[in-house]
Amino acid sequence: MHEILIEEKILAKNGEIASENRSFFKERKIFAVNIVSSPGAGKTAIIEKTVPLIKDKVNLAVIEGDLATDLDARRLLKFGIPVKQITTGKACHLDAHNISHILPWVLEQKGVSLLIIENVGNMVCPAEYDLGESIRVVVMSVAEGDDKPLKYPAIFSSSDALLLNKIDLLGHTDFDIDKAKENALKINPYLKILETSCRTGEGINEWCAFLEGEMTGAEVKA
Amino acid sequence: MHELSITKSMLRIIAREMKSNGVKRLKKVHIKVGELTAVEPEALRFCFEESIRSTPMEGALLEIDDVPLTGRCKACGTEFRIEAFTNICPDCGGNEIERIAGTELDIISIEAV
Repeated sequence: MHEILIEEKILAKNGEIASENRSFFKERKIFAVNIVSSPGAGKTAIIEKTVPLIKDKVNLAVIEGDLATDLDARRLLKFGIPVKQITTGKACHLDAHNISHILPWVLEQKGVSLLIIENVGNMVCPAEYDLGESIRVVVMSVAEGDDKPLKYPAIFSSSDALLLNKIDLLGHTDFDIDKAKENALKINPYLKILETSCRTGEGINEWCAFLEGEMTGAEVKA
Repeated sequence: MHELSITKSMLRIIAREMKSNGVKRLKKVHIKVGELTAVEPEALRFCFEESIRSTPMEGALLEIDDVPLTGRCKACGTEFRIEAFTNICPDCGGNEIERIAGTELDIISIEAV
């Protein structure tokens, strides 16, 4: 009997490819945002509200991850920006490999400075898969439970910002927004929390300002 | 159900190690799963057992160490188990806590003949 010591991260391969993606983005001054949430929290709606506000200021492209269909990509085509749909089949998350395959397409779009990646709607699996993104943003809607951060700690712990979306519905639900923030900060004291509504547009300017601030910050650091 | 993708990554590492060490039959796999990972140990065990059926790895045991979320107080250095995600030092009440364990998803070793 041999005992063979390995001591390696199980997802080391994904981590390596993610690091390559990260270097690719850094060398080309591309800021990559990985947007994660449960299905229906409003990821696509947020992107739809974000694009018109920033597309004249930054050169952006969007990657849409879904199990099936290109419905989300179609929703964004009206803005005349480059959109690429990735269908994962039965895989419940995007991985670094999916993104590395799309990099040649990103290059073809010429001068992209902001790449928005909409992950598959799922609060569990995407948490473990680094894509090589610059920041990870988790979206949670007030139609969900305010205890969600405690139930899905990994995704909140690995994110940089939290968008509390659909705040126009506050008052129609039992969602306690202060409790939700408290729970999220328990999991991750460094989370930047923003409140948004894609129906009324509330908070979208602040979110875009945050995004542009992060992009500038990344440039300064580089 | 990303436990299946994780199992596949694990089996790739195991196959590589078995080949480079010239062993043929896998007996045991030892892994660590942190409390703060999005991995359900029993789902992982199910995927592992199903994936190795009818392969030279069939029958191998999967030993999973559950690693509790552990923090270290930046102020006084006390190390403690973080219960219910409460980031407060039980000794000095400090709230700057560095997480030192509980996020790992590592393969530690295998036993094979």
